[in-house]
Amino acid sequence: MSVRTLPLVLINLGGEMLYILDQRLRAHSTSEDGSGTAAGVWSEHDRKRVMNDVVGTIFSKSFMDELLKPQQLFSHRTMKTVLTRLAHASIMRLNPASMDRVGPQEPDLDRLYDLMVMAFKYQVLVCPRPKDLLLVSYNHLDSIRQLVRDTPVVLNQVDETHRRIIEVYSSLSEGQLQLLRQTLLVFVQDLHIRVSLFLKNHIQNPNGRFVLPTSGPVPHGVQVPGLIRTFDPRSREVSRTKFQSGAGFSGAVREGSFDLSGDRLLRLGSNMYAAEYPQETHTSTKPGVQPEDSPNLLAKEELNQLACLMGSMKTQNLSKAESGFRINLFPADQEEEEEEEEEEEARPAAGPAAG
Amino acid sequence: MYHKEKSIQIKNSASALYNNLSVLRIAPRRLTYFTVVHANVVNMVSSSWDGLNYSHRQLQSKEPNVATSTSLIMQAAFCVLPSRDLLVVTSQKGIQMYESDGSIMVYWHALDTPETPTAQAVFARGICAVSENYICVGVSSGAILVFDVPSKGSNITLSEELEEHKESITDMASETSGSQECIANLVSADDEGNLCVWKSGEEFQLLNKIPGFDMSCTSAKLWKGIVVAGYGSGQIRLFEAVTGILHAEISAHARWIYSLDIAPFSGLLLSAAEDSYVRVWHLALTPETNTVEVAHLHNECVTDTQICGAKFCDGDGYAFAVTGYDLSEIIRYVQS
Repeated sequence: MSVRTLPLVLINLGGEMLYILDQRLRAHSTSEDGSGTAAGVWSEHDRKRVMNDVVGTIFSKSFMDELLKPQQLFSHRTMKTVLTRLAHASIMRLNPASMDRVGPQEPDLDRLYDLMVMAFKYQVLVCPRPKDLLLVSYNHLDSIRQLVRDTPVVLNQVDETHRRIIEVYSSLSEGQLQLLRQTLLVFVQDLHIRVSLFLKNHIQNPNGRFVLPTSGPVPHGVQVPGLIRTFDPRSREVSRTKFQSGAGFSGAVREGSFDLSGDRLLRLGSNMYAAEYPQETHTSTKPGVQPEDSPNLLAKEELNQLACLMGSMKTQNLSKAESGFRINLFPADQEEEEEEEEEEEARPAAGPAAG
Repeated sequence: MYHKEKSIQIKNSASALYNNLSVLRIAPRRLTYFTVVHANVVNMVSSSWDGLNYSHRQLQSKEPNVATSTSLIMQAAFCVLPSRDLLVVTSQKGIQMYESDGSIMVYWHALDTPETPTAQAVFARGICAVSENYICVGVSSGAILVFDVPSKGSNITLSEELEEHKESITDMASETSGSQECIANLVSADDEGNLCVWKSGEEFQLLNKIPGFDMSCTSAKLWKGIVVAGYGSGQIRLFEAVTGILHAEISAHARWIYSLDIAPFSGLLLSAAEDSYVRVWHLALTPETNTVEVAHLHNECVTDTQICGAKFCDGDGYAFAVTGYDLSEIIRYVQS
């Protein structure tokens, strides 16, 4: 399958992670009693610092160089490891108690990851044409720029990466982009975790499957279904017959911009949490992306890939004097955590989603 | 015209791959085999015609005698030759050929994969049986491998490598009408929508090249000398194979077409796409005027599903089966 998926996965999944981090940090920006300086509260300055740190690490030249090498997409377990390390790049710490726990379940990161992956799955699944995956990626890049707009150094890194992405991916044919999309679809296959935001907006069904509309504009370059044209041997049109397509598709709209900036037109990949904070977004309590059954070793190739990626990450040196910020991404109830530990790996059955 | 019948459950969900359903009807045993690809596994179901018995089998894509290496599968398809039926599975690593019940692997062909991955993906895709003894398989480079298959045993050999396409092969099909009059008996399609029409033999002969429209042709069929091609633009085009004359163009779907099939005895055409629709058409060729009439007959919408495979279960088109991405069932429809 495609060997060019990794940069897009990191930009899009990383982008989703940044949106959620940003939302959580804003949600924690006022303490319960409104005092503003209580422990565990984030200032605007802190939030920007975290964003700059994480974005700076993801978009560093060395990390991007490594991602852009042709390689197979790796497993969810490896992806989680990479993203955790990226999040750690800042002096921010995810809930330390769960990070220290040995064993497969890390509730905070697991749920964060589930949320990110389901958002990504939706974007890949419903994007109108394979080429529009690039617009989705560019939407993420545009939003990431907003998050770091006050720091020129980091902003520049994002711009540089964007230019490189345009350079590499603009030359791919539609067929090659579809292969890339098909590879991504294997990666997110069989994930049906219910996300309260998606359920609320009717883009996901209660059984966890996404809603695929059969109406609306057709993608750019596609004709509205409904016409049969026949020709004689001299290529002259002989007849035009309409047929009932049974669907409600309408004419295509114009194409979004594939440049460094511009109106993408497509909304997929933009920050859906921006309109939602300070409201929480929850995933269902059923376990989502599980580590593989054999907990022992990652395949040798994946370990090599992981080593290369980790090596190329420039992370902050943490001085012991820093107290470190703490953030609990998902204020999980004690009951929910216990329930999760008891559950078998299974598809989500009928039942309410959390939140 | 058709109504939905009981679905067949499969062990894994179908992956989003072109032509991701293959059907083999075994009349003497009143059985039908179905294969559906899931990542690195082929799910096989054998279904008895009375609907009472189902048996399942899974095949992994791997090199023989290598325990751990598996790779993603691009396609699995039954190849029907006069003397035998084989199941061919193509992946990133190579081509596997099994007895049609999946019980024994009779042949393995490794693809040339470079030590460090290059920017171009490497895989095999596009499978079909041609005339008496050939099985043709497409490769990501655009090459077509022609295998010579003896009437029994595993002495399958690579007979020829056809290099005409410059883009990855997407699908291939042989003439299904059974007519001896058709000169062309193989069509190959690629990622840029180019079609090549061939005549099989000890050395395959290129009869015609039909240029693409810079839009991937994902599925192609050959029937009574007509090439029927489905594209990423959602369009279906019908060409006269040897001349390339365009007979008809249908704005059939709102998203990428993933599968086409023809019922050779009745001229029914089945198309399925990511837009959740399966459509049934009727083709009628008038040899005197060399024109084709296309009539639209039926639609089925598989809600919230991007369809990736659709095949008739018999030569008349009395029944057809459908698979969709993330769906762990084979949906069946039968004429009312």
